[in-house]
Amino acid sequence: MVWVKKIFLLTAAATVFLTPCFAESLTIKGSTTVLPIAQACAESFMDDNSGADISVQGGGSSVGIAAIIDGTTDIGNASRPIKDSELAQAASRGVSPKAHVVAMDGIVVIVHPSNSLTALTKSQIKDIYTGKISHWSSLGASGGKIVVIGRDSASGTFEAFTELALSKAKTRPDALLEASNQAVATVVAKTPGAIGYVGLGFVTDKVKALTVGGIECSKETVLSGEYSLARPLFMYTNGKPQGLVKEFIEFVTGEIGQHLVEKNGYVGLK
Amino acid sequence: MGKSDIHKKIFAVLAFSSLVFLIGITIVLFKEGLPIFRIVKPLNFLFGKYWYPTYDPPDFGILPLILGSLWVTAGALLVCVPLGIGSALYLNELAGPKQRAFLKPAIEILASIPSIVFGFFGMVVVAPFLQKLLNIPVGLTAFTGSLILGVMATPTVCSIAEDALSFVPKSFREASFAVGANRWQTLVKVTLPAAGSGISTAVILGMSRAVGETMTVLMVCGGAAVIPKSFFEPVRPMTATIAAEMGEAVTGSPHFQALFAIGMILFLVTLVFNIAAEIISRRFRLKLGLGR
Repeated sequence: MVWVKKIFLLTAAATVFLTPCFAESLTIKGSTTVLPIAQACAESFMDDNSGADISVQGGGSSVGIAAIIDGTTDIGNASRPIKDSELAQAASRGVSPKAHVVAMDGIVVIVHPSNSLTALTKSQIKDIYTGKISHWSSLGASGGKIVVIGRDSASGTFEAFTELALSKAKTRPDALLEASNQAVATVVAKTPGAIGYVGLGFVTDKVKALTVGGIECSKETVLSGEYSLARPLFMYTNGKPQGLVKEFIEFVTGEIGQHLVEKNGYVGLK
Repeated sequence: MGKSDIHKKIFAVLAFSSLVFLIGITIVLFKEGLPIFRIVKPLNFLFGKYWYPTYDPPDFGILPLILGSLWVTAGALLVCVPLGIGSALYLNELAGPKQRAFLKPAIEILASIPSIVFGFFGMVVVAPFLQKLLNIPVGLTAFTGSLILGVMATPTVCSIAEDALSFVPKSFREASFAVGANRWQTLVKVTLPAAGSGISTAVILGMSRAVGETMTVLMVCGGAAVIPKSFFEPVRPMTATIAAEMGEAVTGSPHFQALFAIGMILFLVTLVFNIAAEIISRRFRLKLGLGR
């Protein structure tokens, strides 16, 4: 029975050594806002394609785009469009970055249902979050001191809100920190004086969504560009995607990918 | 080699493995954390008032976080010391066998509830209740955190204090009764002093438990990175900061290093607590003639 053992060993060895050659690998890097989408899609994609090996990393939009220019990643995630300076840099290296919009990011400002306010302007939101306004009475509402609720500085929602609503100004230091969209919604629902912000997918009927500049946040207003606290999320590739990269981008923009996009609290494209 | 030799070796390896883990964790903690001091001076890091790790330029001041941890831990002690030592005294001195059979397991079960359950309970039930009761703007405060951490640390304090009380030799009490002291006098003048250092150990380990707790404080303390002015305002302990931000801090970035440096400081704090507890409990054993 020695030969049986030998064949077994040979097969085992062959499996170990040859698998990496057959497995196609794909690297994704960049924006932490796009990270949850890339992560969820990569997991689901690998479940369906056992030969694919996708590694997903964060780092921020600039890292994602820089990695595309340097050729160190297959897909570069970004929560902002590529800058002219980056395009010039790419051209000098013979790289032609191509943008693929994979989702929209819409952020809703929420308050307790008992709050009499229904609308805020963008500058009022900024004043509340940077500390200029501290009482609801300054906004013509009752409820005493405003309990400002923010997110941990590592979250993509925080990053987007800071950029879109606060123009990169610092959130007041005494703002509360919650570690997830759900936690923000829970605390706002339980605290009469609270204001918070969450991804569109996390608004429940236990909180009140405010309009921003008179526009309600919905899938339609986000997609049409009317709602101001919204932005597209990109995956960049070098030139027209091919092979596994093409398959993956198609997967993300396809039915399953867009379902995962909405499940993670972002706005799908269709 | 005899069979017992093999067993001995296996168990030796198992015993030393925790030492290996401890050394490994310590090395990584310091290797990743120390480089932050090339960017921020240690004093500015420890006593800086603002924590804005992701802005440009960033602020890496952890004084609000250190004070947040201290306030919550001190508050937790105010809850767990009376509760824990009180229950230990009752269990050891007054409770009958029936009550003991019921109370001891109940306290042990309290210790086995996962911290996230405490956190969720605090966030959804206790915080809104306190917010209404005290008429404060928000219920997620240092007080709420202290209250819940105190309850969580009570079983630690209680079981160690109870052990300490039960180690007091019977002869001590008998001698006290023999000279005519009543039960209260015996308790206050004889039993408690004899178990004193064991009880101190209980308090210090309860403190370690409270300062290292993460999930609960992340959920119930509110998380405002400001220097606390009152117990009824949100605070952000060090552990909560690491838990909230480590997930997406870029590996090797100053933010990442700063979080490791916070971990380093926490490690040193708990190390001091544990060494103190060890020294005190050793003294206690010697005092009672239980030492080698």
